[in-house]
Amino acid sequence: MNGLLPMSLRVNGERHDILAPPWRTLLEALREIIGLTGTKRSCQEGQCGTCTVLIDGKAVNSCLYLAVEAQGKDITTIEGVGKEHLHQIQKSFVQKGGVQCGFCTPGLILATKSLLDDTPEPSEDQIREAIVGHLCRCTGYIQIVEAIQDAAREMARQGSRSDG
Amino acid sequence: MGEEFRNEYNILGRPVAKKDGWLKVSGQAEYADDIFLPGMLHGKLLRSPHPHARILHTDISKAAALPGVRAIVTGKDFPGIKYGNLPQTRDYLPLAIDRVRYIGEEVAAVAAIDEDTAEEALDLIQVEYEPLPAVFDPVEAMQPEAPQLHEHAAGNISGHSAFHFGDVEVGFANSDYIREDIFETQPLKHGMLEPHACVGTWDNTGKITLRTCKMSPYVVWRQLAMGLGIEPGRIRVIQSFVGGAFSGGKQEAMPMDFCAVLLAKKTGRPVKFVHTMDEVLTIGHMRHPMRIWLRTGVKTDGTFQAQHCKVTANGGAYSSIGQFSMYLGGAMLNLPYRLPNIKYEAQRVYTNNGFCGALRGHTIPQICYARDSQLDTIAEHLGLDPIEIRHRNAIQPGDTTSNGFRITTFGFDECLDRVAEASGWRKKRGNLPKYRGIGVGCGSLISGARLMGHSASAAEVRIQEDGSVQLTTGSTDVGQGADTVLSMIAAEVLGVEVDDVRFQRVDTDITPVDPGTFGSRVTFWTGNAVKRAAEDARGQLAQLAAQKLGVDAQDLVFRNRQVFSQKDQQRCVSVKELVRWGEFHLGQVITGRGAYAAGEELINFRTGFGNISPAYTPSACVVEVEVDPGTGHVTITGIWGADDSGFPLNPLAVKGQVLGSTVMHIGQALYEDLIRIEGKVMNPSLRDYKMPLSTDMPKLADVAHINVITWEPSGPFGAKEAGEGAGTGVLAAVANAVYDAIGVRLKRLPMSPDRIFFALKQRQNELSMQESSSIDAK
Repeated sequence: MNGLLPMSLRVNGERHDILAPPWRTLLEALREIIGLTGTKRSCQEGQCGTCTVLIDGKAVNSCLYLAVEAQGKDITTIEGVGKEHLHQIQKSFVQKGGVQCGFCTPGLILATKSLLDDTPEPSEDQIREAIVGHLCRCTGYIQIVEAIQDAAREMARQGSRSDG
Repeated sequence: MGEEFRNEYNILGRPVAKKDGWLKVSGQAEYADDIFLPGMLHGKLLRSPHPHARILHTDISKAAALPGVRAIVTGKDFPGIKYGNLPQTRDYLPLAIDRVRYIGEEVAAVAAIDEDTAEEALDLIQVEYEPLPAVFDPVEAMQPEAPQLHEHAAGNISGHSAFHFGDVEVGFANSDYIREDIFETQPLKHGMLEPHACVGTWDNTGKITLRTCKMSPYVVWRQLAMGLGIEPGRIRVIQSFVGGAFSGGKQEAMPMDFCAVLLAKKTGRPVKFVHTMDEVLTIGHMRHPMRIWLRTGVKTDGTFQAQHCKVTANGGAYSSIGQFSMYLGGAMLNLPYRLPNIKYEAQRVYTNNGFCGALRGHTIPQICYARDSQLDTIAEHLGLDPIEIRHRNAIQPGDTTSNGFRITTFGFDECLDRVAEASGWRKKRGNLPKYRGIGVGCGSLISGARLMGHSASAAEVRIQEDGSVQLTTGSTDVGQGADTVLSMIAAEVLGVEVDDVRFQRVDTDITPVDPGTFGSRVTFWTGNAVKRAAEDARGQLAQLAAQKLGVDAQDLVFRNRQVFSQKDQQRCVSVKELVRWGEFHLGQVITGRGAYAAGEELINFRTGFGNISPAYTPSACVVEVEVDPGTGHVTITGIWGADDSGFPLNPLAVKGQVLGSTVMHIGQALYEDLIRIEGKVMNPSLRDYKMPLSTDMPKLADVAHINVITWEPSGPFGAKEAGEGAGTGVLAAVANAVYDAIGVRLKRLPMSPDRIFFALKQRQNELSMQESSSIDAK
């Protein structure tokens, strides 16, 4: 009906079969059709980073990504991070003051996850580069960088402990 | 225990993670755009394409016929009552009726089954306009022949503030050096990432509910009632999580709020509105751009003798809180330096631009930028170190300013000493390589304002039978940490843990009425109210415990969720057990109430005299920069700030507020500018409206925030304002550092690469002309 396309999206390991027009962005599909509102809508033109999700592990602005293109890929939203217990990145953001209003937070946590999955011991410059696509008006970024450093340190410590 | 034993606090003074952080990091915090109600429709607003026009006729028939459109409203569907902040400057309408005054002003609204349909319908609404002459510059707008925006405002004067304390003529006559400058500031947007959003409902009993991301929900509640012409009791405003605010549209009722509820009435369905970022940047609500003329007289030792300041503010098409904005900037010129003679005249002028109001620091940062920039030129002329000249003029505890501010605690000298030390000022100043510079800037802020209308705050504390505490206030958490610090205060008084306290978001049917969240008032005013409410609850518990334990209530200590007698610690009962005992056997519910009103003092806004706040905070900021002469780009290489926030109740949150405010003002100093041509915003996108990025910040090792700890007797547990004030000196600090780096003073913000590049070029030309003329002379 009315040009709706059947699509199948794999979000946080769960399959969602939806009907949507072909121009529906992944952001819209996640929020309005699937009902995962943890992914935030702000500028809708790829400038602010609030709508960041992971597609096959890479941080992507879901407002610039068509839902139809995301088929067959692994989509991770904030709801898929730390489902059972909070992820260390989430803990570090809270404990180090990396969260104020919280609107940029889900996107930043996913960007951090993507960074630390690839680069477990990032330099301060690498951290800043990794989050340069994310605007935050509350924190001035300082405590966010500190939170990411803390998360990297804690993850390294916990990783070495469990390995050893 | 007395407040002087501050090191004995169990909770206060230690860094506590934000309570709602756990919801926010997992995507569970529900912001207004995350609300989806059954049957909900989506609204969109039609905006004026003209800066100034008469609305001759509106035809909605084609739009109404579009499948999926459920209702349309125009200005005539509202009662035509103007609403706003101050009684004498109410000029907002929910939708324009017969005239539009700026590009982007709301003229109609559609509710449809989805956003796409609503947007399509906007294109089908036909509005016939008769364009009127428009005026965009405030100086032109004050000319006799200029187009008039509002009938009530002759000469387009929307707000005015003037005062004169001491005698500036005498002060200038006594001065050894007099300096005059003009500074200009730009329109700045709040830049919160969550666009304004709301969901309105109107049930068949006539009860109206608005779920929305407001910073001051009770302001919205009153304004909705005013604009709809109904009793506030019929309206319920429920606050969602707020994704950043910094004042502006989240402080007031906006057209979308009115349209959501009226369209809900027409359709019988919930209606949601969410602005696009384009709309957020196009509509009003921004910091006042100002032209600041400043004349200052000093003695050769650098002490101020007189200051005369004239401000022309481009107010845009409507008033917002603009009358107060004009007063506040001038009033705060009295801090943090001693000024025996001061004269101030400010005009806020209506123009056909988006309107201006409050934004983090209100009009204080602009004034501090002018004052502290000029102070450095004076210091240079007198051969004084910039920090030294500030010390020589520093206001001291116990002072009363010319305009009647009574200064209690004020660790300004220490702020200066601490930033000088942290930044390596003495080593660096005058010794940095070419194109590198270091500068200082200072400012002050109030700890909440005594206003003409509603000033006081209230709080309620209810202790549940599991020993948990339900804390209700009329204050909101907008990310600044009110949820946490107010809970910490309650927990400290009651001897429980912060996690035991649940902070209730504002719901006007449930929470105590409150003026709102602005002017750095929450920790101080609501914090005092929470302290008293918790003490009230503790008193009730103490009576129960005395009865149950057979001890004197005076001897009871509340700690670790227990109540015990300090004379015999074996006589002990848990808070939980106590509450259950009181409920079960006496039917007594433990509910404590507290209020704070900051005394009976009144401020005379007409004369400008009076003590507006119970306490004031000074701050000092040192910034180090490097300028690329090839591009004009400024890199901030270090930031060191010190502020006297009294006793910082939650140092983690104070640090976040201070740094956030500092970086926001770096944005104003260097990057941000809402560019408007004939009233049209040319950069309504976060791509072109440049806010600071993570890579614009110095290395962590070169960023420091220092709490200068004083003990404010009237603050809750010694606390004062924190964060907002720390941004007030940043603009001048950056400007002074840039001057130190390049030797050219920019008196206009932002100091963008093009302006710096051309300023450098002009200076090079001047220098080479001087050189060639001196060669010719030989």
